[in-house]
Amino acid sequence: MSFFNIDGQQIEFKQGQTIMQAAQDAGVYIPHLCFHPDFKAHGSCRVCIVQIKGLYRTACTTPVVESMEVININEEVQQHRLQLLEMLFIEGNHVCPSCEKSGSCTLQSVAEYCGLLSPSLTFRYPDKKVDASHADYLLDFNRCILCELCVRASKEVDKKSVFAITGRGLDARLMVNSTDGKLVNSTFDKLDRAASICPVGVILPKHQGFKTPIGQRKFDIKEINKREQD
Amino acid sequence: MADKIKIATVSLAGCFGCHMSILDIDEKIIDLVELVEFDRSPLTDIKQVSECDIGIIEGAVANAENVEVLKDFRKQCKTLVAMGACALSGGIPAMRNHFTLEQCLRESYVNGTGLENSCIPDDVELPMLLNKVYPVHQVVKVDYVMPGCPPPADMIWNLLTALLEGRKPEFSAEDIRYD
Repeated sequence: MSFFNIDGQQIEFKQGQTIMQAAQDAGVYIPHLCFHPDFKAHGSCRVCIVQIKGLYRTACTTPVVESMEVININEEVQQHRLQLLEMLFIEGNHVCPSCEKSGSCTLQSVAEYCGLLSPSLTFRYPDKKVDASHADYLLDFNRCILCELCVRASKEVDKKSVFAITGRGLDARLMVNSTDGKLVNSTFDKLDRAASICPVGVILPKHQGFKTPIGQRKFDIKEINKREQD
Repeated sequence: MADKIKIATVSLAGCFGCHMSILDIDEKIIDLVELVEFDRSPLTDIKQVSECDIGIIEGAVANAENVEVLKDFRKQCKTLVAMGACALSGGIPAMRNHFTLEQCLRESYVNGTGLENSCIPDDVELPMLLNKVYPVHQVVKVDYVMPGCPPPADMIWNLLTALLEGRKPEFSAEDIRYD
């Protein structure tokens, strides 16, 4: 058996596992957004950064080695996570009080868990579109954090490539693969894996209308750090 | 008897929901009034803020009067607290930032349904609207924040008791909610 440790706790790991995979198997929560156990690690949101010998590494892309000492929670790591989360909030339009995903949103839940009271940076209020063309699903691009989970799910599981990221830097945005860019004219289906993978409120089923009351939403029932997986 | 701590509160572009949450501290408000005196606040109807220990701001900054009141609060209050989603991020009022002011006014006062003799209000008494809505921290320095829509009464009580005891307010992860 091989071991390493996270915040002083001894954790068993299998050869080839990343820090995130071994931590999840051991029930240790490392905050993350773009990582999902069903998909290849992406390493783009950076929220899962941990300290190893004073250096920062993303837990989802770093393989474990024997006796590695990982710091998941200390002041410096938390500060970095808070800054990353702040940037995600100010670069989009995340109006939690009016969002149907509130209470079931991973971005919201991770930020609350990490203790982000409010961004102190300047809000960008970018102009983003809403695509309500599809009969069953709505796309609200205001909330996209570019985690590419829908891109990966559509490509790897649904074998469709309905979603892609286009543009670079601040112009990077989620796009739909259809002749006019509308969801209705794509091959998207409500049974697709991509339809239910969005960690924020971009890809939402229609006709729900805040059906789940406060107190019964995903993260009301079980807090994000206590859930086995996403 | 020592002078009471002076608190002022105001709602800028807000819905007064945060102020309702202050009232949600229920009977603790009796303890509170033993310790504090309210200056300008919807609870007292005093119109001008004077020198205070704590100022609590609800709502976003959406018009010229909001800017004036907020700057007055910053000047008069030793400690300034921003409370609720609108004050912290612009919230619902800032959703108009994706439209021009003219589009917003036309939609509300000219093209809206059920309007008679529709026209855009232009009385000189009305404060001029800002082109964009801003969160409080982008206009003045803020000392403490309370997220939530509204922040829960317990959080408000925790903050007030900490400030009254000269401590830095601290919130647990369970207290922090954005909705």
